[in-house]
Amino acid sequence: MPRAITLIPIATLLAMLGPVIAGLWGTVLPAFGHLPVAGFDGPSLDPFRALLATPGIGTATRLSVTTGLLATGLSVLIVALIAGGWSGTRAFRFLEKLLSPLLSVPHAAAAFGLAFLIAPSGWIARLISPGLTGWERPPDLLILNDTFGLAMTAGLVVKEVPFLLLMTIAALGQTQPRQSLMVAQSLGYGRLTGWLKAVFPRVYAQIKLPIYVVLAYSMSVVDVAVILGPTTPPPLSVLIVKWMGDPDLGMRLLAAAGALLQLGLVVATLGLWRLGEMVVRRLGHAWIMRGGRGRLDWALQPAGLLFGGLTAAAIFAGLAGLLVWSFAGFWSFPNVFPDSFGLRTWMRHGPAAGGAFAETFWVATAVTGLALLFVIGCLEAEHRSRRKLTSSGLWLLYLPLLVPQTAFLPGLQTLLLGVGADVGRGPVIAAHLVFVLPYVFLSLGDPYRAWDTRNGVSAAALGASPNRVFWQVRLPMLLRPVLIASAVGLSVSVGQYLPTLLIGGGRVSTLTTEAVALASGGDRRAIAVYGLAQTAAALVPFALALAIPALVWRNRRGLHG
Amino acid sequence: MARGLELRDVVIRKGGQVLVQMNTLIGPGEVLSIMGPSGSGKSTLLALITGNLAPDFQATGEVWLDGNDISKLPTHQRRAGILFQDDLLFPHLSVGANLAFGLRSGGTTGERAERVNEALREVELDGYQDRDPARLSGGQKARVALMRMLLAEPCALLLDEAFSRLDADLRTQVRDLVFERALARDLPVIMVTHDIEDARAAGGKIYNIGAR
Repeated sequence: MPRAITLIPIATLLAMLGPVIAGLWGTVLPAFGHLPVAGFDGPSLDPFRALLATPGIGTATRLSVTTGLLATGLSVLIVALIAGGWSGTRAFRFLEKLLSPLLSVPHAAAAFGLAFLIAPSGWIARLISPGLTGWERPPDLLILNDTFGLAMTAGLVVKEVPFLLLMTIAALGQTQPRQSLMVAQSLGYGRLTGWLKAVFPRVYAQIKLPIYVVLAYSMSVVDVAVILGPTTPPPLSVLIVKWMGDPDLGMRLLAAAGALLQLGLVVATLGLWRLGEMVVRRLGHAWIMRGGRGRLDWALQPAGLLFGGLTAAAIFAGLAGLLVWSFAGFWSFPNVFPDSFGLRTWMRHGPAAGGAFAETFWVATAVTGLALLFVIGCLEAEHRSRRKLTSSGLWLLYLPLLVPQTAFLPGLQTLLLGVGADVGRGPVIAAHLVFVLPYVFLSLGDPYRAWDTRNGVSAAALGASPNRVFWQVRLPMLLRPVLIASAVGLSVSVGQYLPTLLIGGGRVSTLTTEAVALASGGDRRAIAVYGLAQTAAALVPFALALAIPALVWRNRRGLHG
Repeated sequence: MARGLELRDVVIRKGGQVLVQMNTLIGPGEVLSIMGPSGSGKSTLLALITGNLAPDFQATGEVWLDGNDISKLPTHQRRAGILFQDDLLFPHLSVGANLAFGLRSGGTTGERAERVNEALREVELDGYQDRDPARLSGGQKARVALMRMLLAEPCALLLDEAFSRLDADLRTQVRDLVFERALARDLPVIMVTHDIEDARAAGGKIYNIGAR
């Protein structure tokens, strides 16, 4: 037993990084013209020549960079304004409660919800028409899928703000911001300015990796780009997926070259971001040295709350929009509510959505179960060997989230086909694990390590073996964080689009792949059904994770809160 | 073969600097009080005895308990009971289940339940089996923690600032109870404290750490 447990960290690393490395390897070969299954023998630079000759490739590349940088920059800015102006207040706690469940809403569902709000025939246009606009019919405006990718950027921001805000809250817990802020305020600094000068630098150092993850993700996202992004041309990531789906196997060479371009792009942009960090540090230092007390705080502080509120409102209103559309009968413009309600959409699409729900459920459950085994095994091994995770270990944990999905998943699929391995549910589970493992680890790591080890010493001094301490004391006491980590795992798996699509080879249909496939068709009622089912699949586990411990430990006050 | 808890040439270092150096035998029913300012390493000695020394400390020497060298044994086989300043009752288990957790295995369900009841009676908590430990008063928690430890039939008792969280009256009460029970079972006791009152009440030898 003691032997077996030391192997778990190695196995975890393999499960997490193996597919990434294999996938990158499977990308490099075809990118240089080597794909024997399709009759290509490299090396050659033809794929890159073809890539450069693709019409619109310049725009597609630019879009990847601009939407990624803009979405990340805006998200960080909004989070800094909210946390700086409001952390520790009642409004902040309210916003925190509001935003945490939103974290689990899948990107695709949030994007569809936003689309239903801001589209020319969406809720916002309906609310102000014809009174303010005079529109009697939906205007011919390119709001969704705009050529600059602004709608797509907005879709990313509403999802990344909750993520970064929760990461910031976790970081705040370790930096004693209250004292620093009090000192700054007693020296005459405004709340926000004092926070930005005294607390933010320390917080930023702690949320740096999550921010890089947001940047890499935003640059290479596919589902949000398909739903909200530009189409002629789309961002690079969407092009890559399109080429991967082409029946002509030769197109895979082009896709592989594109994937390498995507990887280089993300690495270069991360470098650019780090350069920006240095510039901001310089400017910030000069700002601190000048000693300004914050004359603009009165305006910026409410702005933070406004943007935070808008983020939450966009997702909630979007989900409400999905709900209304799913029950809508005929709905003429510019009426704010449908002319009639009915169950027809649910009757028509319900059974198929039920099938996709089952597939989603089995994949997510298997992935999360495996992830829990790995993660708890790692944490327990860490505890028993008394070796803490080093900072380079933390980088390894973030690595699968930093390598763009579009860079290694195409290669992984090609590799699987090349060795004759079957695509399908098993490989999909392994691919999901790459993304689920880090999040489960990040979610469970802190509470697991924060457990008072004197409980363990106490139990051992009573004669309990390490295994008995683990099963009878530690796990029951950590029931709540374990369930929350499971909910995190389930929701991450539910939201996965690209791994399901590429590694499933079209044979694994989850709610997410089905919903995104509906995007181009424009059947809003069907989209609404799938979007809602997807949201439910991600949210219900969270509700259970909160309800079960409250129920099981209803007579144990020491485990509440 | 000596009964009691024996520290043979025990030296604990941190970064080459000697924190604790001891060579002593605490006989059955005797108390050794260890005093010193915080950070002087007095709890480190207890960590060494229970087998939980943090890796940044280096220790040499041996710990013998009732004639056995326990230095290399895992914590759960050392039979050294410990009480911390927090009661550390397991919050997910009822009072009775906490005691049953401590009770050495063996016996029928009925016998075990009777042992638990007996232990509760011994500290005037009859009928508290099904209570939530979080809802007990500080003194009650301390008494349950003591009985849970004694039910495991330890061969030595270690007290790590065990009374420092209790207010004055309660402190005297709980302290007297702990020493009385330890004496009744003939246990050697090591008490780490920063309060001279505790050490006086114990009546045994006093060892000062970190006094330079």
